[in-house]
Amino acid sequence: MIGVKKKMSKTEKNNLITYAIAIAAFVIMQILIGTGSISSLMQGLLVPLCTYVILAVSLNLVVGILGELSLGHAGFMCVGAFGSAFFSKCMRDTITSPTLRFLCALLIGIVVAAIFGILIGIPVLRLKGDYLAIVTLAFGEIIKNLVNALYIGKDSKGFHFSTKDVMSLNMDTDGLVIVNGPQGITGAPKDSTFLIGFILVMIVLFIVLNLIQSRDGRAIMAIRDNRIAAESVGINVTKYKLMAFTISSAMAGAAGVLYAHNLSTLTANTNNFGYNMSINILVFVVLGGIGSVRGSMIAAVILTMLPEMLRGLSDYRMLIYAIVLIVMMLFNWAPKAIEFREKYFHFGKKKKEAE
Amino acid sequence: MSFISYFINGLSLGSVYAIIALGYTMVYGIAKMLNFAHGDVIMVGAYVSLLSMTQAGVSPMIAILISMVVCTVLGVLVEKIAYRPLRNASSSLAVLITAIGVSYLLQNIALLVFGANAQTFPSVVKWEGVALAGGKLKISGETIITIAVCIVIMILLMLFVQKTKPGQAMRAVSEDRGAAQLMGINVNSTISLTFAIGSGLAAVAGVLLCSAYPSVTPYTGAMPGIKAFVAAVFGGIGSIPGAFIGGLLLGIIEILGKAYISSQMADAIVFAVLIIVLLVKPTGLLGKKIQEKV
Repeated sequence: MIGVKKKMSKTEKNNLITYAIAIAAFVIMQILIGTGSISSLMQGLLVPLCTYVILAVSLNLVVGILGELSLGHAGFMCVGAFGSAFFSKCMRDTITSPTLRFLCALLIGIVVAAIFGILIGIPVLRLKGDYLAIVTLAFGEIIKNLVNALYIGKDSKGFHFSTKDVMSLNMDTDGLVIVNGPQGITGAPKDSTFLIGFILVMIVLFIVLNLIQSRDGRAIMAIRDNRIAAESVGINVTKYKLMAFTISSAMAGAAGVLYAHNLSTLTANTNNFGYNMSINILVFVVLGGIGSVRGSMIAAVILTMLPEMLRGLSDYRMLIYAIVLIVMMLFNWAPKAIEFREKYFHFGKKKKEAE
Repeated sequence: MSFISYFINGLSLGSVYAIIALGYTMVYGIAKMLNFAHGDVIMVGAYVSLLSMTQAGVSPMIAILISMVVCTVLGVLVEKIAYRPLRNASSSLAVLITAIGVSYLLQNIALLVFGANAQTFPSVVKWEGVALAGGKLKISGETIITIAVCIVIMILLMLFVQKTKPGQAMRAVSEDRGAAQLMGINVNSTISLTFAIGSGLAAVAGVLLCSAYPSVTPYTGAMPGIKAFVAAVFGGIGSIPGAFIGGLLLGIIEILGKAYISSQMADAIVFAVLIIVLLVKPTGLLGKKIQEKV
C-alpha cells in the first residue's frame, strides 16, 4: 500500500482526501441516524445540506476556476427545480417507481438548467467583472419573477399556459392546475433521500475535480489568470468560458432537482431562489476558499448547520451568524491578520507550504 | 392624463433610487467595492427618523438631520471596522462578502430592536401637493419634494466633487490610489469622507422612500438597495451623472411597466432593460471605456 501511495501525485492525494471527507461525513451521519442520536430537525436538514454542497462546489467552478463573479446561481437552481417538479407531478401516476421517476426528473432538470446556462452564458460572458456580476443577478431575478407569473394547467385537451391567473387558463372542469403562479407547484412527489443526495454530491465532486486537472480545466484556469495571454496561445476563450458556465449551471440544476423533491410545496421567493440564495452560495465559496473544492464543501456544511446549532439562542442566532461571518472574513483575508497568524501560529505557515 | 401621472410617480421613485445610487457609485468609484450593506443603511435611517419623530417628538426636519448624523457615523464606523482591514486583501471578493455580513448584521439588529412587523411611517411632508389641469392631475407633496431634493443633492454633489479640495482628492483617489497618496492626499480620510457622504444620502433616501410608501420593516432597504445598484450600473458605475440618469430611468421604467404591462413582472422588465443596455454598451450609459493593456 505504501508503495502505491508514493506513486500518487500531490493532487491525486488531495482529491482522495476530499472524497474521503465526504464519505466519512456520510457514514458518520448514517451511524448517528441508525443509533437515533440525531434530532429530527437535523435529519430534515440532510438533503438541503447535500443541495448546498452541490451548489457551492458548482459555483466554485465559475468563481474560483473561471474567475468570474456570478450572483445569479440560484436562478439555475430555480429552473432545474421547477422543470423537474413539473415533470414529476405530471408523471406521478405514470411512472410509479420513485427511483426511475427521480432519475428522469434529474435528467430533465439538468438539461433544462444547462440550456438556460448556454442561453444566458452567451451574452453574459461578453461582459467583465462587476458588470458580469450584475447581469447574472438580473437574470436570476428575471427567472424568479417569470416563474412567479407562470400558470400551467392540464386537462383532457392538453396543457394550458397563462401569465395572468388560474381563471385565464380556460380549462375544462377536470383540469388540474400544475404550476399555480406565486403558489408554485404543490404535490410533487418527495423522492429525494439522503442517499441520493450523497451520490449526487460524489458525482459532482468527481466531475469538478477531474475537470480541474484535465486539459480543458487548465485552459479555463489559463483564461482566469490572463485572458489575453491565453487567447494568444490559441485557447478558444468563448468556448471554455461557456463550457465552465454551462457545466456549473447544469450542476446547479441538479441541486434544484434535489431541493424540489424534498418539499411538498415548491414556491419561488427571494430566500430560496432569489439573490439572497445566490449570495448565500457565494458566501460558502468565498469562506471555504476561492478555488478550493474541499473548502466549499466544508463551508457549505458548517454554515448550514451553524444557524441550526445556534437554535437555542433563538432570536440571536442570525445576529451571531452575521458577526461570525464578518470576523471569519477579517481573520481569513485581512493582510494584517494573515501576518499575525503566520507569526504566532505554526499551522498558518505549514498550510502555505503545502499549497 | 394617466400617463403623465404615472410618469411623475416614476420620476419620484426614480429620484429615490438616484439618491441611493449616488452613494453606491461614489463608494464604488473611490473604494472600488460594492457596498452591499448600503441598502440597510437606508433602513437604519428610516428607523432613526421614525424614532425621533414618534418617541422624542421632534419636528420632521430635525428628525432627518438626526438620522443623517447617525447614518454618517454608522457608515464611517462600518468602513473603519469591517472594510478597511480588507482593502489590500488578495481577492476583492473578501470585502464583498464582509459587506454582505454587515448587511445581515444591520438587518438582524433591527429585527431584534423593532420586531419583524411593519411600522407605519408618518410622512415628513405636510404639503398637500398641487392639482393641475382642473383637478384631473394631482401631484402629491411627497412626489414634488422628492424630485426637488434629488435635483438639489445632485447639483450640490457635482459642485462638491468638481470645485472643492476634498472633491478633487476624491477624484484623484478614484483615478489612481497610489499616485494620489504620493501627491500627499490622505487616502484613508478621503475614503471615510466618501462613506460619510454616501451614508448621509442613504438616510435622506430612507426618509423619502418611507414617506412615499408609509411603512418600514427591517428588510425595507434590501430591494431598493439592489435596484439602486442596478441603477448605478445602468448609468455607468463610478459616474455621478450616470447614477442620476440611471436612477430616474429605472424608476420610470418600473412604474410604467407596472401600469401598462404587468404588475408582477415589473421587476423582470427593469432587469431585462438593464441587460439589454449592458449588452449594447458594456460599461453602462455614461461609463468610461477602459482600454486593456497587454
